[in-house]
Amino acid sequence: MTTIEQQTDEQLIASAATGDFDAFQELVQRFQDRVYGVGLRITRNRADAEDVTQQTFLSLIEHIASFRGESAAAGWILRIATNHALKLLRKKKGLPTVSYTAASADEDSYASLPHPDYIAQWKDTPDALAQRAEVRQKVEQALDELDDKYRLVFILRDIQELSVRETAEALGISESNVKVRLLRARLMLREHLTKDFGDESTRVYPDHRH
Amino acid sequence: MTCEELLKALNEYVDGTLDLTQADCERFAAHLSGCNPCQIVVDNIRGTIQLFRAGVPFPLPAEFQSRLQGALRERWREKFGASA
Repeated sequence: MTTIEQQTDEQLIASAATGDFDAFQELVQRFQDRVYGVGLRITRNRADAEDVTQQTFLSLIEHIASFRGESAAAGWILRIATNHALKLLRKKKGLPTVSYTAASADEDSYASLPHPDYIAQWKDTPDALAQRAEVRQKVEQALDELDDKYRLVFILRDIQELSVRETAEALGISESNVKVRLLRARLMLREHLTKDFGDESTRVYPDHRH
Repeated sequence: MTCEELLKALNEYVDGTLDLTQADCERFAAHLSGCNPCQIVVDNIRGTIQLFRAGVPFPLPAEFQSRLQGALRERWREKFGASA
């Protein structure tokens, strides 16, 4: 007999769907910090992130029987959280869905990409850097400084690890917009973080002969 | 391949997607082996993604935790009866 802690997420969902509250609570335990983190990163507001967390798990109760086993439970739960967070963000900013689709020709093309300027190796590995509180603060700050159109694509694609298609669907934009916004987001974050964590002694300059 | 072309194809290379052909990958690798700035940029981009993924989770505020529990328990009872 496996204990509840040993069960997979998918097994817990199956048990919860039959009315097993302990299984559901275990699921909440496993996912609550990640769900809250998605809410916080997308809405940038604690009260809203709490709202997202509560709405996500309430939705889970409503739809627990409709989970289809072929997809991973984590992806399913985090997608629900992402959708609640985006809905809240749109409502709060008074922005209709279309605001994420309104693309200026220049910003959504590969023309005039932000070119790397500060190029240097980082002082430490990403995993080592991530352990430090002041680094985490700077990293979140760099993300916060991006425009929503880049920030959201980066969160969904690179942090939540949604596919290009899933990101496009969640934001209501085309897949090609997702790709170019992601590239811009990555380049802007790279620039910012390399200024914070780059080792000046390894700095090199773009070779304009290429 | 120029630095500019490399920049445009950076996502596909870093993500290892199938949008790049074998020949594209070889051109990419050939450029990187001779261009230190581009090597570092690719490395930095990978580091950037890794840094966000490696971050510790945001812990739920303790006060909210009990409110959440209460709300979930109540909804559970409405749906499944008194098992919670």
